[in-house]
Amino acid sequence: MSAPTKQAGRTLAMGQDEATGGGRQNITAPFGQALAKLAQTRPEIVGLTADLGKYTDIHPFRDAFPERFFNVGMAEQNLVAVAAGLARAGKQPFATTYGVFATRRAYDFVAIALAHSNLNVKIIAGLPGITTGYGGTHQAIEDLALMRMIPGLVVIDPCDATEIMAATAAITDHPGPVYMRLLRGNVPVVLDPGYRFEIGKARKLREGKDVGIIATGLMTERALDAAAELEKRGISVGVLHVPTIKPFDHDAVADFAAHVDHLVTAENHVVAGGLASLVAETLFDAGVARKITRIGLPDRYIECGAVPTLQARYGLTTAAIVEKITAVR
Amino acid sequence: MARNSPPGDADVADLKRRATSLRRHMLTMARGQGQGYIGQGLGIADLLAALYFHEMRYDAGNLDWADRDRFLLSTGHYSIALWAALAEAGIIPLSELSTYGADDSRLEMSTLDTTPGVEVIGGSLGHGLGQGVGQALGVRLSASDARVFVELSDGEMQEGSTWEAAMAGSHFGLDRLVALIDCNGIQADGPMVLDMEPVADKWRAFGWETIEIDGNDMQAVSDALARTRSRNGKPKAIVLRTKPGKGAARIEASPKSHFFSVDVAQWDSIIAEFEDSVRG
Repeated sequence: MSAPTKQAGRTLAMGQDEATGGGRQNITAPFGQALAKLAQTRPEIVGLTADLGKYTDIHPFRDAFPERFFNVGMAEQNLVAVAAGLARAGKQPFATTYGVFATRRAYDFVAIALAHSNLNVKIIAGLPGITTGYGGTHQAIEDLALMRMIPGLVVIDPCDATEIMAATAAITDHPGPVYMRLLRGNVPVVLDPGYRFEIGKARKLREGKDVGIIATGLMTERALDAAAELEKRGISVGVLHVPTIKPFDHDAVADFAAHVDHLVTAENHVVAGGLASLVAETLFDAGVARKITRIGLPDRYIECGAVPTLQARYGLTTAAIVEKITAVR
Repeated sequence: MARNSPPGDADVADLKRRATSLRRHMLTMARGQGQGYIGQGLGIADLLAALYFHEMRYDAGNLDWADRDRFLLSTGHYSIALWAALAEAGIIPLSELSTYGADDSRLEMSTLDTTPGVEVIGGSLGHGLGQGVGQALGVRLSASDARVFVELSDGEMQEGSTWEAAMAGSHFGLDRLVALIDCNGIQADGPMVLDMEPVADKWRAFGWETIEIDGNDMQAVSDALARTRSRNGKPKAIVLRTKPGKGAARIEASPKSHFFSVDVAQWDSIIAEFEDSVRG
């Protein structure tokens, strides 16, 4: 496709690399690469999409296994229903679309056709939060809240290419339904090569005693960069990375919170119902009283615009985290 | 339990006796619960008898047999009919039918897939056909010759997902997929609140080989099912015109046949009339 340049203030074309930050090594289509590799030894894996195969990084699988790939057209309810039927026939479907369509459009099918029967289907959901400039029709800003309400559904928000590849393998071994957010295109490598993803486990990526940032998804990268910057300013900041929204690692979060003076949550999602809410619920249950500063999206639809502009406007940048923590300290 | 034989010619008289048994089971269940979607259940008794006692291949002793034919009841609130068929087929105990709709019973008033022999959670309408498409794709990938039968209703065609699935069924050339469309002319708010005619033309336009029959004529039902065995690259649709309450005159005549609820004495007289008509 003709590619507009990544000028500041300009909306990116569909399919362009939208999720990446700057300055790090990238891996292209980590989800599709991982899936194609897994599928070599797992003949039960099948891939599906709803007219978004090019834009959800499943093309490496499609090209390697065309006979195991089904494009159902623009029909997300049917995407989920067909995946459910394939699972009942002994296959392991990976179905890709954008998060907005998998949730708002196909919610009843995810809840009843998949989760109610605990079927072995993975939904891979592109454009989480603000990773596209296409506005409220394409920005899945409330998907984590919606999906975590569905009984038995595993919900994952990976932070980088390393984790996407590891999580793809982990959810393949998990026999039930999964909703995984997808960072697509050239996805940065943030985590160390030794990082181990485990469904339901949070990982402390950095020690710090003054402030603790609990982050998920692409906000983990920014939290790490912000912590390094704040260190230079004499503020010791710990980072707990929580890639699994459900099942939530309550123990790790409560323990992390108990050992810092001030808590900050950071998510590429509305602050209601997602990570911030989960942390608050966890602390209440554990009897840990901490003030929480919530970084995330407000209760409104986000306009169109360039991704860097929008992420800066709504505080999803390293600079915004640094500023916020400096202000509350 | 022996696996059903691959279908040859149907013994129509025997299938009619089976349909009568299914209706008898349903009336007894409805009497016990006092209410239910009995009208719809009685209406598709002939279809279920033809499927479970002639057309479908399955093994009641091995429900997970990979090459079994599947029956997906998309209108989960017709469960009373499915429970009757599963019991008559030896998949669940006949004695269990008396628990229909009771607390802690496996025989819910709308199907869940926790009961043996249930292939899909229906009830949230518009779910069955897409899952049938997926199952048909899955068995084809596994080089199985299993067939997938999906019951759905005329009212259910108002759910847009029905047509998403109809498009996919023909696009993928699923000629072992059969849609069984129960056109009984009723829906929750009364007679068809949104006209779905011409039903058969719609399915033909979506690329399905379509047959339209009287769904309470056993010869027509068994002949139509036999015609769907052809391997021509097209999914099959049978439009069944059925009578709600078929076989129980007072339910047939009721304007409230979508959800039928009367007292025990009336159930007893309905059942007595049914038995008289069967003998007659």
